[in-house]
Order: sequence, then structure tokens, then C-alpha cells
Amino acid sequence: MRWGDVILQAIRNTLRSRLRTGLTAAAIFIGAFTLTITSALGAGISEYISVQVSSLGSSDALSVTKADTSSSAVGSGPQKYDSNSAASSSAGGQGMGGRPGESAQALTTGDINTLKTVKGVTTVTPSVQLSPDYIQYGSHDRYQLSLREDAFLGKLDLAAGGQLNDSGTESQIILPTTYVTPLGFTSNDAAIGQKVTIAATDYLGKQSTLTATVVGVQNLSLISSSPTANSALRDAVVGIQNRGKPSTVATHYSSAVVGYDAAAISVSSLKQQLTDKGFTGQTISDRLGSLQTVINGIVGVLDAFAIITLAASAFGIVNTLLMSVQERTREIGLMKAMGMGSARVFGLFSIEAVFIGLIGSGIGALAAALIGGPLSAKLASGPLSSLPGLQLLIFKPLNITVIILVVMAVAFLAGSLPARRAARLDPIIALRYE
Amino acid sequence: MDAGTSTFTALDGVDIKVFRAESLAIVGKSGSGKSTLMHLLALLDRPTSGSVLLDGEDASSLRGKRLNQLRNREFGFVFQQFFLMPQSTVLENVALPLAIRGVGAAERRRRSEEALERVELTQFAKHRAVDLSGGQKQRTVIARALVAEPAVVFADEPTGNLDSATGTLVEEMLFSLNRDGITLVLVTHDPDLAAKCQRRVHVRDGLIVDEEAAA
Repeated sequence: MRWGDVILQAIRNTLRSRLRTGLTAAAIFIGAFTLTITSALGAGISEYISVQVSSLGSSDALSVTKADTSSSAVGSGPQKYDSNSAASSSAGGQGMGGRPGESAQALTTGDINTLKTVKGVTTVTPSVQLSPDYIQYGSHDRYQLSLREDAFLGKLDLAAGGQLNDSGTESQIILPTTYVTPLGFTSNDAAIGQKVTIAATDYLGKQSTLTATVVGVQNLSLISSSPTANSALRDAVVGIQNRGKPSTVATHYSSAVVGYDAAAISVSSLKQQLTDKGFTGQTISDRLGSLQTVINGIVGVLDAFAIITLAASAFGIVNTLLMSVQERTREIGLMKAMGMGSARVFGLFSIEAVFIGLIGSGIGALAAALIGGPLSAKLASGPLSSLPGLQLLIFKPLNITVIILVVMAVAFLAGSLPARRAARLDPIIALRYE
Repeated sequence: MDAGTSTFTALDGVDIKVFRAESLAIVGKSGSGKSTLMHLLALLDRPTSGSVLLDGEDASSLRGKRLNQLRNREFGFVFQQFFLMPQSTVLENVALPLAIRGVGAAERRRRSEEALERVELTQFAKHRAVDLSGGQKQRTVIARALVAEPAVVFADEPTGNLDSATGTLVEEMLFSLNRDGITLVLVTHDPDLAAKCQRRVHVRDGLIVDEEAAA
């Protein structure tokens, strides 16, 4: 028999007992549906996190703080005073700072120079303390302003406009969407290219203003909701703040962003060097690591449930095909008597199993996409609207294809047992079978 | 089987020869071993001792694909219980040996229609096999046996499930195949049917007890 005829015949046999095929496929449907939804959930969340991560900073950068020497274990008593160690008054710049509850010491200018000598380090940008007074657009109301303090090396998730130009001399700022309406802009797009006034106070208490151009509007994110300035604007604000500052007052930094050449040095050896010199370096994935682990864990558990369902449905396939083999014992005997080879008989039944798998998983995946797509859109505009950019379920054609292929492979394995039994039937015994 | 053939079988120390284009009846009561003898001749079974010779060649050397091809090309089967696929159409049932051989769909259809014409079932081609009467079913089976243009047709109690009128019609068809040069091996317990064959072999308790030529 030609393989095309074998496939056709197998499909016909499948459709012959519709109820049985339908019920078996229903079990697979449930598994494939669940697996499609959970994989879409995983894809949606990791997509969102990767956007969030890129808005946190470049991946080839470490956030460096002074190693915590005052590990205040309960009952360890007070630490000795060290005049050289500068306590950071505002440890943890927004976004890039230490974890909550972690006390950190500030970096001194000497520390910054030390960091520059570490092998593999290309740039060291200290996080300066930015404390502008207000931001104002035209003659609209003034609003308090807190700028991100860390040097920003990544790409922000923008609702309008473009990214910051860090090498230019023009002072630029990116505002979160929440700033747009209060400042007096009519829309996100209307804000782009407009000049805003920013005021800061110098060391002696005198307030000065400067102007910056709004180049972009940033979507709200999980991690950072402060406006971000380019280096020109940061330098200008620091310039005002430090005016009149006595030279005896040391400059302290809460943290620094260290850029490195990923080709020249591995993250782990760089971290080791930093630790040896008394610093702590964290990559973005270190900071988001626990979050991602929790989410991966949840998605993994959901996947496991889907796989359990699939495993159960595999037994359904075995059962269905055993019945089918039993029912068609004489037909198999006849075909073998007429010269049909065992491989073709095996094919006839295993293809039947694969076809049942295809029906179940195909409809399951399709239903998941049809139900999940609108549901996800509804969630994004409703309960999840405070997290713009979060598309909870993302159905990737590749993932769906893989799921369908995996289910078909599982069906083949499940079907191989009954199919082997059919292939090994002795035609004489089969023909005698009543 | 291809040129002036004979099939040679030993069963319990007894020899039997089947000559090309003859009609041979294997006669015996149920349980006498006549079906086993037919299975051995049709290469569906292998003798535990002794050999089946085909054109003087030991059939035990035939295995797997070659054996399957030989059965498919040279043998046709007619069974008492018909063994039709009940939900398939008459045409699909008739075409089965050709499908197994790997003949293309168009030619399968053409040759199956020809075969149906010979058994006068052309108008039932699209009916499901389950809807046919007993006589129609057996005629479908005969069409299925002859569609592949076999050298030998094995018929196991071909009229056993039929009333005498339809039985006679089916007999007529089988013997007309024989007249066209197809070897007919009939297994039956019916002496009247056996009498119509050129040669009869009587089997009892696994032994060939009598062998007689046509009257």
C-alpha cells in the first residue's frame, strides 16, 4: 500500500467511529488548551519583563555599591566608627539602588578611581544625588521632580518620542506618562520637542532654573516611574547644586554604574574582582532574578498540570486504539493475507493515533488562541491597565507549532503499543477471530 | 506459479500437488485439517516439518516483502464469512488488494469497476458493504479476489452462508474464473460442490485419505 493511501485510510478509520475519536480527542484538547495558555502566559510575562529589564539599563553593566561591612546581625552590637567610610545618606538611587532594607555605604571619589582600575571595566558613572526643586511647562503649575539618579545605559519603553542622546550637549528629559497631563500637555505626542523649565537650589540656598527638551514619554513600568535625564541635564543640575560648595566637603555617591566589555571579561570574574576590592556588583538579572524565578516557577507548575493532563490523555489514546485493533482484527488479518506488510499495518494504526493527537491539539491550541487573545486584550485594557505594555498572553506561532508537534509525538508513542500488536497479528488467527 | 506450475505440500507425511488452471476440492468435515491445508497452500501458515514447493522452489525461503508481494499478486481469497469492511463501499472493498499492491487511485477504480461488472454488481459500487445481501456480499468478495488477476483463488466454504439459489450463482462465477485459466482451490464439506471440481482430496484427522480425479 502506498503511504499516501495508508494515511488516507488511517484518517478514514479515525472518522469512522466519531464518538470514540471525539472523546479521546477531547482529553487531548484539554491538555493542549492548557499548555497553549500556560506557554502564552510564560511568553507574555517574559516579554513584559524583558521590556522592563531593558528600561532598567544596559545588560553589559553592573550596579556597584560598597560591600556591606555593617552586616547588622541581630545582637551583634554597634559597629566601630570609621572616619573614612562615608555613610550614604540616600542609599539607593531610584531604580538602580539597593534592595529595600539593605543598608549601603556611599562610594567616595577614591572608590570611583579604584573601580576604574578594575580589569575589563570600560566606564564608571557614579550615581549623583539629583535633587531638583520643580519642573514646569510654560506658565502651567510647578510640580515636584525627582530624577533617576543612576547613569542610564538602557532603552526605555516609550509611549511617544525617542530615546535620550547621552553624548549631546542639549539637556534632554524623558517623562513618564503620568507627568504629561499635570504638566499641561494635551497628549503624549504634544509633549515631544517641548521645552520644560527645571529649577534647582545651590549649596547656598539660591534657586536657579534651566531648560530641558522633552524627547520622549515613557510607559509606566514596574520598576521605575521617575523622569530620566540625559548626562547633559544631569551635569547641569549637579552644576547648580554644587555651586558654592566648600572644597572640604567630600562628594559621595550612593552607587555607580560600571560598564564592561562583555567580550573581554565574564560577569562572574568581574564580580569576583569587585568583591575582592570591597564592592558589590549586581547585574540586572541579579536584581530581577528572584522575580523571574518566582514567575518561572508558577508557569512551570501550570505547565506541569497541562503535561499531566496530556499524560492521562495518552492512556486514552492507548485504550481507543486497543479497541480499534480489536474491532478490526479480521480486517487486519484479511489485509495481511492479501499481502499487506507489517510496517504498513503499524503505520495504519500509529497514524490513526497521531491524527487523533492532531485533531485534539489543533482544536485545543486554536480554542486557546481564540479565547485567550480577546481575554488578554480585555485584561490589558481593564484590570491590568496600570501596567501598560503587559500583554498577559502572547500566542507565538512557533510555540503553538511545537505544542502540536509534541502532542502528536506523544500520541504516536501512545499509539505504538496497539499498533505493534496489530502489526504482529497472525493473519490466520486474525481471520478465525469472531 | 508463473510457468506451468505445481504446488507441492506435505501434510502429516502426505503429498498433495496442485496443477495450474485445475480446480481442486479439499473435502473434509470441520476440524479435519482442511482449512490448515489451505492455509499452508496459500502460504499463510508454515509447516512445522516438511516443505511447500512453489515452481520447485522451497517457499520457506520466501519472507517478508517478497512473500507479501507473492500472495498479493498470485493469490485471491474467498471466505465463508466474507470479511468485508462493513462501513466501506463495495468499490473500496473490491479495490483493497490493488490498494495494498500500491496501484494508483484511478487505475484501482477502473479495474475494480471491471471486476464488479463481471459479478454483475456495477450498480452497487457506491453502496456500503453492510447494506448488501449475503449473495451480493459473496459476489463482492469474488470481485475482490479476481480484481488483482491472481493465478490461484482459494475459496473456503464459499457457499456455506448462502441459500442454494445464490450458492449456485456464486459457484457458477467461481467455475467461470477457473475456465478463464485461474487455478481454483475449494475447501468444502459439501460433496455436491466438490463433485464439480476436476479433482478432490479428502482429508480426515490431518491425513489425506483419498484422492480422486474427475469423473
